[in-house]
Amino acid sequence: MDTNIISIKNLNISYTSSVMSVKNVSADIRQNQITAIMGPSGCGKSTLLRALNRMHSLYKNITVTGQILLENQNILEMPDIAVRRKIGMVFQQPNPFPTMSIAENVMAGYTLSGIRTNRQRRAEIIETTLKSVGLWDEVKDVLTKRGTFLSGGQQQRLCIARALALKPKVLLMDEPTSALDPIATARIEELLLQLKNEVTIVIVTHNMGQARRIASRSMFMYLGELIEYDETERLFTSPSHQQTKAYLAGHFG
Amino acid sequence: MKINTNTKRRYAQSKMLHIGVCVTAFLSALPLALILGKVFYEGIGLINWQFITQPTPTTFKAMMAINNGEPIPGGIANGIVGTLIMLLLASLIAIPLGVMCGTCLAENRHSRYSHVISYMTDLLQGTPSIIIGIVVYVWAVVPFHGYSALAGSIALCIMMLPLIVRSTEEALKMLPAGLKESSLALGGDYRRTVIKVLLPSASGSIVTGILLAMSRVIGETAPLMFTALGCSLIQWRADLPMSSLPMLIWQFYNDPVLQPLVWGTSLLLLFIVLMLNTTAKIINKRVSH
Repeated sequence: MDTNIISIKNLNISYTSSVMSVKNVSADIRQNQITAIMGPSGCGKSTLLRALNRMHSLYKNITVTGQILLENQNILEMPDIAVRRKIGMVFQQPNPFPTMSIAENVMAGYTLSGIRTNRQRRAEIIETTLKSVGLWDEVKDVLTKRGTFLSGGQQQRLCIARALALKPKVLLMDEPTSALDPIATARIEELLLQLKNEVTIVIVTHNMGQARRIASRSMFMYLGELIEYDETERLFTSPSHQQTKAYLAGHFG
Repeated sequence: MKINTNTKRRYAQSKMLHIGVCVTAFLSALPLALILGKVFYEGIGLINWQFITQPTPTTFKAMMAINNGEPIPGGIANGIVGTLIMLLLASLIAIPLGVMCGTCLAENRHSRYSHVISYMTDLLQGTPSIIIGIVVYVWAVVPFHGYSALAGSIALCIMMLPLIVRSTEEALKMLPAGLKESSLALGGDYRRTVIKVLLPSASGSIVTGILLAMSRVIGETAPLMFTALGCSLIQWRADLPMSSLPMLIWQFYNDPVLQPLVWGTSLLLLFIVLMLNTTAKIINKRVSH
């Protein structure tokens, strides 16, 4: 249960040569667990998360040094396209592809990387993936309609399905519920707890309660540094750093 | 009491500004209404089946008809066919080029190369059409020893390009950044991200831009005078001179006998332009919802 799937070693990320957004972060992420990254705005939590599937390679001026090992392979040296098939990502705003139907959205990962599937396999993937995010019963009759007509929570679950369809090893989530109402949020949280048996989840969240509810382990970042990383319960009940304590107590945020 | 009058004065001034801008808005829309009214009033009587299916009459035939008290024979089919063929040819070249160029500008928005290209398309858009006409004449008419519809299409294409480039660029820039990122986050390669996600998502606005570019150049006369020259027969061959609706208007204006036909031709041209604009508006509205 406690095997590490990702090992981050001495990771530094800078947007400009003078300002470091992530400073010398080292951490191990456990397989089939939910790991939360918390911290105030601008602390580098999203930057760290985005480094895990090489999102920074889109921007020329961002430099990343150090190592991120996915099952002992340094992803910073792998082709970014290959990394992203193994490490999926869900964003803050639910954003199904507007011109694609619900079914096409689920299959988007295949279409966009040019993987051909026959009709039967396609139907299987769509059904099992939508079932795994609890969306199948709601959308099975409207698979050919566009995903943008769904509610925000349904759209976000469709985006999770889209990422899961490729059977990634790790799912990264950047504040996936901050644009959703409390009921939709609760459904997503429940879903993540179910999904962790299939996939390792790393979630950035502003919401301390959310981290406490779903994450086995939590990181607290401040000004680009990883201040504390521990079992969620221990981090919340007996944080060993003053800054973590102050953040959790709501003294800054 | 003093404060009270001051407040009243401020309300009155605001009211006056409100009335002022409303009156100005009415005055700005008035010319269009007057133009539409005039062209419709003068032109509607001329529009009939013969007018849109027959080529231009010769001055002699027209004069004979007038002398016998008959209506002017013939129509403007040569202009309709010419306009449509040249617009089609111009679009065939301008749409792929313009969309690709716009994609380049939107995707590499901070590069020096894009800035230069963007600046040049701006300049091209501001280039007087008659200059484009004379240059295309030197490029595409002189070397082949003859005026042709193809040369006319090249001139129209050059005029359409900057409009399509700009509208594609703007449409792609309007897309949420998350769209591209989520496509790439799924392991999508860049080419498929552009072709399957970005361009389709922006397609409504791009099509709108293309239609507006078409309606913009459909009324061009000057560049076609140097290139397509005009032709009084219905011409289907792109390597020969061809007429167009705006060229016919100019031709009729210069011929005292055929002058009444100006209004019918204008009405038809105006109708096509309005149709293109309305379609563009409808598509745009549907996209933004």
